[in-house]
Amino acid sequence: MGYLEFFWALSPLDLVRETFVHIHAWLSERTVDPDEAEFLADMNRKVDWNDDVEKDEFIGLMEYFHERSSSSEDLSWPEVFISSRGNEYFCEIDEDYLTDRFNLTGLNTDVQYYQYALDLVTDVFDLDCDDDMREQIEKSARHLYGLVHARYITTTRGLAKMLEKYKKGDFGKCPRVTCNAHPLLPTGMADLPHVQSVKLYCGKCEDLYNPKSSRHANIDGAYFGTSFQNILFQVYPALIPEKTIERYQPRVFGFKVHAAAALERWQSSKREEMQERLRETGMEKCFKEDVELEDDMEEDEEEVAGLDGADDVLAE
Amino acid sequence: MSTSSGSPESWISSFCGLLGHEYFAEVSEDFIEDDFNLTGLQNQVPMYKEALEMILDVEPEEDEEEEEEEEEEEDEEEDEDNDVEMRDENGNSVPYRRGAERRHMKVANDITEIESSAELLYGLIHQRFITSRPGIQQMADKYELQHFGSCPRVFCNQARVLPVGCNDIPGQETVKLFCPSCLDVYTPPNSRFQSVDGAFFGTTFGCLFFMTFPEFDVSAKGDPLNLAATHPAYAAPSPTSQAATNPAAAETVKHSRSSSLTSTPVTATVNPNLPASLTPEPLPVQPSHLNGIATSNLAPGLGPGRIHEPRIYGFRVSERSKTGPRMKWLRMRPADMNELDESRRWHDSYGGTEDDVQIGGGGENGGAQVEVPSGRRKKAARSRKRGVGVMDPGAVNGGGLEAL
Ligand SMILES: [Zn+2]
Ligand SMILES: [Zn+2]
Repeated sequence: MGYLEFFWALSPLDLVRETFVHIHAWLSERTVDPDEAEFLADMNRKVDWNDDVEKDEFIGLMEYFHERSSSSEDLSWPEVFISSRGNEYFCEIDEDYLTDRFNLTGLNTDVQYYQYALDLVTDVFDLDCDDDMREQIEKSARHLYGLVHARYITTTRGLAKMLEKYKKGDFGKCPRVTCNAHPLLPTGMADLPHVQSVKLYCGKCEDLYNPKSSRHANIDGAYFGTSFQNILFQVYPALIPEKTIERYQPRVFGFKVHAAAALERWQSSKREEMQERLRETGMEKCFKEDVELEDDMEEDEEEVAGLDGADDVLAE
Repeated sequence: MSTSSGSPESWISSFCGLLGHEYFAEVSEDFIEDDFNLTGLQNQVPMYKEALEMILDVEPEEDEEEEEEEEEEEDEEEDEDNDVEMRDENGNSVPYRRGAERRHMKVANDITEIESSAELLYGLIHQRFITSRPGIQQMADKYELQHFGSCPRVFCNQARVLPVGCNDIPGQETVKLFCPSCLDVYTPPNSRFQSVDGAFFGTTFGCLFFMTFPEFDVSAKGDPLNLAATHPAYAAPSPTSQAATNPAAAETVKHSRSSSLTSTPVTATVNPNLPASLTPEPLPVQPSHLNGIATSNLAPGLGPGRIHEPRIYGFRVSERSKTGPRMKWLRMRPADMNELDESRRWHDSYGGTEDDVQIGGGGENGGAQVEVPSGRRKKAARSRKRGVGVMDPGAVNGGGLEAL
């Protein structure tokens, strides 16, 4: 019952509750051995079933559990790495890419036990060493894999793989209400390792957010890099989300708050200045509202022209 | 009855103890018992009377005296024609007993309905309660204890958020979190809040809170995420230093000395500790208060150094590129906050005094400013009056309001 112990060791009790139901359903599809039966009974006793689970925590846990339960001995090192809890943002680097020395240029100075780490990552590791050493090399291998990952995801193949994950919403949704749960992309704020943990970029509001789950707080942002999300949108311009000038307006008893409204007006003037600058490039209609306004104008030009307070109405 | 500190099994405390109800304050019983606070709710909540009784834990118990039950029974008969008919058919021998049985069945059938009505009613009362003096104070205590979490936006540096609604009508939207540091709203990180109605917090609470407690410093403390290490552009000092002309803000500058030293400050020109060579363009003296609030408390998570700068291999992505940044304005804030002093700028250009456009005083840190464009004065004055019942606007410290 190795994986079950593992599971117990890693899962805080509050994560287990809903997971239990699914594990139960999953186990009932195959024969339950006595160890597992005991484990389930134990779980029943220990868990306070009145707690709730964050959805992504739950899914992560389930994936982790499934990964653990399938015979992990057969998996390659990268496969195990990718399916490990906390590594959900990574895509799998092609073996070809990983074994081409050209792609690893310069990384040997940054990674301890570089050769051993590379051997481990490419599954040709056969050094007989103690556990401490093995752990050191394992750590180096993860670091190496991350650094190669940052390079890989800006290649055609890598971009396509990350795009798939983006479309599935593997990186979460933008928490900003106005962004309407737009999917996020992982990004680094620095390209050097050990500077900043991974952040999430929303293409709609163009801002950075902290990952919800603490298990991502320790993932180095350099494993994704600062360029990736911008390259993705350059390669796939059709994916650039529609931007909107819609925003939250703080109100008190229905009134706008003067301080916030003054800032908002100032920001709007900055936006108009930008659109003015963009006019000569022909890209000044960059917001949903510009396009909509144009459509409306075409449809009922006269009505709009006759309406004095049209701006007020739109602003409400 | 004094405040909410009732018995632990009260309906209110058990409601607030439910999973996902962590944001709720415990409405005091005297607030609910004051009919004035419930004005208009009768029409919004089905089974209003039963719901109110449930909230206040005054529902009759099973083991009550028969006499009381009789009275109850008679009350019911007055209300419901059905009961009267039943009694006519069955004669007088066992009407009370049968009635009691029926009542228990009815309770069992309706209990879930009353329960949901009670939750709706509590939510609507809650919306009003948290804009009242004791309610907003209770929420302040919860805010200080970090019950509402922090802003997910990286540049807000874990600023604490408040639960708000984007709508005052129930059933429209779930509860959101308002960040005073970026003046934006976010979906709570945990899915359990996706079943909590935003109207139970309402649209007014978020801003009223920070107007009521101007002493809450919403600017980031230090640099918990160590953004300064990430890129020199992000090492801009806490915008608090913009108000360094007042002693309190100068103190804050001292606290964040480490970040000031490693940075290329955009706005810290008023900091006398820095040599002149490090302070490129001197800014005019910054106002300590602007439009009714402390300048350092106005969206400190926005502005220079707090805007994401897209880069490819270290080079900034040009605005003129198709993939160039288009949303920076949303996170902008003037380096020179005088730019937001609209009335002064307007009067500098056109003459006149501020009193021409403002009702309700104003001044640097005055009472609630209601700024009313011409032709809308009446409406604004009326609405302001309406606010009195719930929250005396005189108690609001600073912060101006504008007509729609
Ligand atoms: Zn967004
Ligand atoms: Zn924020």
